[in-house]
Amino acid sequence: MDFKDYYATLGVERKATQDQIKRAYRKLARKYHPDVSKEPDAEARFKDVAEAYEALNDPEKRAAYDDVGKRHKNGQDFSPPPGWNSGFEFSGRDFGGDGNGDHSAFFEALFGRQAAGARGPRPPEHMAGRDHHAKVQIELHDSYQGARRNISLRVPQVDTSGQMTMQSRKLDVTIPKGVRSGQHLRLSGQGGLGHGQGPAGDLYLEIEFAAHPYFRVEGRDVYLDLPVAPWEAALGASLAVPTPDGSIQLTVPPGSSPGRKLRLKGKGLPSVPPGDLYVMLSIALPPADTEPAQEAYRGMAKNFAGFNPRRALEA
Amino acid sequence: MSTKNLSVTHAVLVDEEIQFTLVELSRACRADIEQLVVLVHEGVLTPSGDDPQHWRFGGPTLHRARAALRLTRDFELNAAGTALVLDLLDEIKTLRSRLRHLGTR
Repeated sequence: MDFKDYYATLGVERKATQDQIKRAYRKLARKYHPDVSKEPDAEARFKDVAEAYEALNDPEKRAAYDDVGKRHKNGQDFSPPPGWNSGFEFSGRDFGGDGNGDHSAFFEALFGRQAAGARGPRPPEHMAGRDHHAKVQIELHDSYQGARRNISLRVPQVDTSGQMTMQSRKLDVTIPKGVRSGQHLRLSGQGGLGHGQGPAGDLYLEIEFAAHPYFRVEGRDVYLDLPVAPWEAALGASLAVPTPDGSIQLTVPPGSSPGRKLRLKGKGLPSVPPGDLYVMLSIALPPADTEPAQEAYRGMAKNFAGFNPRRALEA
Repeated sequence: MSTKNLSVTHAVLVDEEIQFTLVELSRACRADIEQLVVLVHEGVLTPSGDDPQHWRFGGPTLHRARAALRLTRDFELNAAGTALVLDLLDEIKTLRSRLRHLGTR
């Protein structure tokens, strides 16, 4: 396990005040929080930042971390000395709202998992289990066709001797047709176990589309940028165009200009009513890197002698 | 680590058809009921029904409520601040979509 330099993660010095730590966290949180950030690796970055803040914001944890940190550098192999933290009683809040399993192995080795219910009030004799959440990434065409996914989840569980262990379980999940990014699937009874005769909680899977190299999704509609040759735009053409559901033949009307939007009704995500597929035209110019190509451009110049692309700029 | 194999055939899409009561939503979001009530009073969540006993939240509320709770926690916001952030995020989304419709990237 690698030692993590939480000060470096937040970009503060080891002797930073609590205020400076908070300020650094807030600034990074605004940049990387997955709900507000457009950074590609926002979620992973934010996890690191939040974990660093959780360790350093709490004076008890920070003192314990500093004690270990005196002897380690970032990335250095780290294994906690046996029983080193027996003198610390952590009373920190449950930062990750979704609870356990969200911390790095390093963090857990230092501070332990927030053993659910280990401290705090005893749960009532019969109580429903907690609802759990997980994210599932699917491909866009999975939503067009429906899919089955085998997913593995790691769940912390208290075993018979009261120890917290990570259990891995596999679920075979049917992804319904027409599911959209951000929607949830509910799997009844697959959440946390109930206490006593209380029912088990539910498991919610949040759907997320894997980024696609050329399709963009917005609600039920799908967008595609389609480059065409100047003559295809000018004279019209029938082109094979990819859709998430397979290739189709698209008619580009004559006289199309760049930015023209063609709508393929009902070719978006399936639902009632289905979404649409929008094809946005852009014009790609062929390079003038051979004599015949240059001749063709000269021919155009001659034949379009009256064409002024900058008319709008002239008073 | 032990592995349990388990087959699940039944997953329900939490769409507009699914409705949550206040208690169900608080379980699904793992949030206190009081926190959700404040979000309703702030206009972040808009249930049907007149009083908390009869409130019903549509399926998509789950996504919004969880985002609201994350923002509240991670930025230590109050309900009004959370409402403002969510409104601004909605507006950015609308503007981005309008940009796309204009064919600009």
